[in-house]
Amino acid sequence: MAEKILELKHISKSFPGVKALDEVHFDLMPGEIHGLMGENGAGKSTFIKIITGVHSHDTGEMFINGNLVSFANPMEAQEMGLAAIYQHVTCYPDLTVAENIYMGHEKIKRYSKRIDWNKMFSEAQELLDQLGANFDSHERMGNLSVARQQIVEIAKALSTRAKIIIMDEPTAALTQHESSELYRITEGLRDDGVSIIFISHRIEDIFRLADRVTVFRDSRFIGCWPMEEITQDKLIVAMVGREIIQMFPKRKVPIGEKVLSVENLTRIGYFRNVSLDLHKGEILALTGLVGAGRTEVCESIYGINPSDEGIITFDDHEIVIDSPVTALDAGIGFLPEDRQKQGLILDWEIGKNITLPSLSSFSRYNWLDEGGERLASGQLADKLNVKAGNIFTRASTLSGGNQQKVVVAKILTRNLKVIILDEPTKGVDIKAKTAIYEIIGDLVEQGYGIILISSEMPEVMGMSDRIVVMKEGHVTALLDTSKCTQEEILNAAMVVKTPRTDAAVSEAREG
Amino acid sequence: MVKGKILFTENLRELGLLIFIILLGLLIQLRNPAFLSLSNITSLLTNTSILGILAVGMMLVLITRGIDLSIGAIIAFSGMVSALTVARFPEMPPLLCLAEGMAIGTIIGMLNGILVARFNVLPIIATLGMMNIVRGMTYVVSGGKWVSSYQMSTGFKAIATGKIFGINSLIVTAVFVFVIAGYFVNHTRTGRQIYAVGSNPEAAEVSGLPKRTLVFLAYAIMGGLAGLAGVLWVAKFASAQGDTAAGYELQVIATCILGGVSIAGGVGKLSGLILGTILFGLLNNALPLINVSPFWQMGIQGITIMAAVIANVMVKRNTDRLALRRRLI
Repeated sequence: MAEKILELKHISKSFPGVKALDEVHFDLMPGEIHGLMGENGAGKSTFIKIITGVHSHDTGEMFINGNLVSFANPMEAQEMGLAAIYQHVTCYPDLTVAENIYMGHEKIKRYSKRIDWNKMFSEAQELLDQLGANFDSHERMGNLSVARQQIVEIAKALSTRAKIIIMDEPTAALTQHESSELYRITEGLRDDGVSIIFISHRIEDIFRLADRVTVFRDSRFIGCWPMEEITQDKLIVAMVGREIIQMFPKRKVPIGEKVLSVENLTRIGYFRNVSLDLHKGEILALTGLVGAGRTEVCESIYGINPSDEGIITFDDHEIVIDSPVTALDAGIGFLPEDRQKQGLILDWEIGKNITLPSLSSFSRYNWLDEGGERLASGQLADKLNVKAGNIFTRASTLSGGNQQKVVVAKILTRNLKVIILDEPTKGVDIKAKTAIYEIIGDLVEQGYGIILISSEMPEVMGMSDRIVVMKEGHVTALLDTSKCTQEEILNAAMVVKTPRTDAAVSEAREG
Repeated sequence: MVKGKILFTENLRELGLLIFIILLGLLIQLRNPAFLSLSNITSLLTNTSILGILAVGMMLVLITRGIDLSIGAIIAFSGMVSALTVARFPEMPPLLCLAEGMAIGTIIGMLNGILVARFNVLPIIATLGMMNIVRGMTYVVSGGKWVSSYQMSTGFKAIATGKIFGINSLIVTAVFVFVIAGYFVNHTRTGRQIYAVGSNPEAAEVSGLPKRTLVFLAYAIMGGLAGLAGVLWVAKFASAQGDTAAGYELQVIATCILGGVSIAGGVGKLSGLILGTILFGLLNNALPLINVSPFWQMGIQGITIMAAVIANVMVKRNTDRLALRRRLI
């Protein structure tokens, strides 16, 4: 057996409040394509950042060609022959392909120290030809398709003489045809002796390409199997297979009449023909992989980015929502995923943040009733148990969970019937999570209809009444929570085929 | 008391500015005892009033993350048009002249607002274009000629030289604008919303604020105040010219910065703005009094602005650190 080119043992990494990696293992043979899979938040990204020297690990050992190494920065990792290609190509769109390839290690003339343009363009062209690409190294990077930009990224990796290339979801934005082109190039690299770590959410990629697959779950190493020894079903179970911890105070609430229904909602380039309905007192989970279009659908229902086609019916009336103003007036509220960017004004005190969406109810003839404002925000902050000195405390000084409670309080100042929660428990600790679940329980008891966008399987299974699964901009399943299994959900989120034509993908890019 | 401590740290900047103004004033008083005479103080404030009125409008625009470069041109245009009207109809009441100037300014400001809020043109580009258009229009309506003192009625000139309750009318106007603005930014819904839009446009939109309307409003108000300032300017100098107030917009922006308004948006207090205006006026008025060469004055002004900005950054860093220390984890 050949010597391992890369080996990681007992790698752990913690961020404040979160254990991102817990004793994980990984190894890579020369000339091997090794798939890496796991759900969102399983620790793959952190793992890649440790290998490429962006983060340093807390404990554990990393070996390259049997030698113990540790990287202080990404440059050191690059010098050891590591290169990473990310899903969202990081390029300079206004520079040429050759300049992009040699960015940071330009060809310099020996004595004059000037850039050797001729050599740079011709060597870049050689690399492109070697990859079977049929475009010119003088081309402006921004003119290329995503697939071609990815080829340039691969050429860039080769130009640094990388022996280990990490590809992070390279096929996520590619058409079927472009994907098979990428498969061909990847296999070509393997045959030349380059080792590849291939991360993908698409099971078909892994079965088509990989020699072995490693699965992470909840920051832990689950297993590593040669592809011949594992089936699709077993792979999914490996990614899911966990007990749902009983921390979900899901309350039995009678489901009322229909309050919101969405028919054939389409926003060109983001999602297509999405239909769903929501009842009073119901929690409808909207799940799928990151990028499946869940947030986009809800942003359209809330009017941040209005949809192009489709009908929204609210309380038996067809309504047109073209901005958050109309959505809020109708009775639909939205808790954004990024509470710091979209939810709060961090420099402001809590009280002012809470009353921001409903200032008109605290003012007469534009004149603010500051006493009433303070009273109302104080009551809401107490009710939601926001842990802060008082309502004059700046929002930026709160912890994540408490910031989230303030954003919830903001929504509650309006007179609403439907509340959309986009990843409400992302990045908060267990205690705050439970508190937020309690709040959600209270809300449905009061008769709100709730759409809960979530990537966390236990949350989806534990909190919802029904589940809508999305993949690549389409709804692939509508399931009854009490009757479905996690495997069914993952199957709908990852495996079920959606119409994936070249036309659809190019449309998506233009959109 | 925690609340007291927060109030202290948050007003540290204004306090520093105030102390600086007092120290500077004392220094000048030592060198030239004429400085603190009533007549000199009145002349300082009179000369600073127009700057202060404009700074209020500019603060609103800067708070929305914008900038308005067209105000110098608006001053010239509204001043020119009202001067021409007065030359033609000498009987026109002064208040009507003010209203005319404000109306002209507001319309131009609204155009700026439409360009920025509706068509998403970058503020610096929209107002730069508007600056050239309006400046050009000033030359067109005047035919390149001046309107001079003898063509203006006494009533018109009294707009800037008259007295209300024994105080120069320019100072009274400025105080009036400051008082209204104080209520507007601190105690009205719209004022609060303008800060929200500048502080975090995305969060403001998600919270259901009418973002475009608010931005539009800021430019319209700025335009109206610039139009008002145009009439005051022409009445004060008793002369309307094509190149009136050329480049003045930069002095107004500098005043705002001196007063602690952030170019990045969302931050700016009226108390700071008033102090900034006074400091700027002080530098203009007092440096000649202590025989500083006019060649040095601009340089000294520039250095003061930079010092204020650096102090600003340092104060902000400190308050942020204090806030983090109080963070409850």
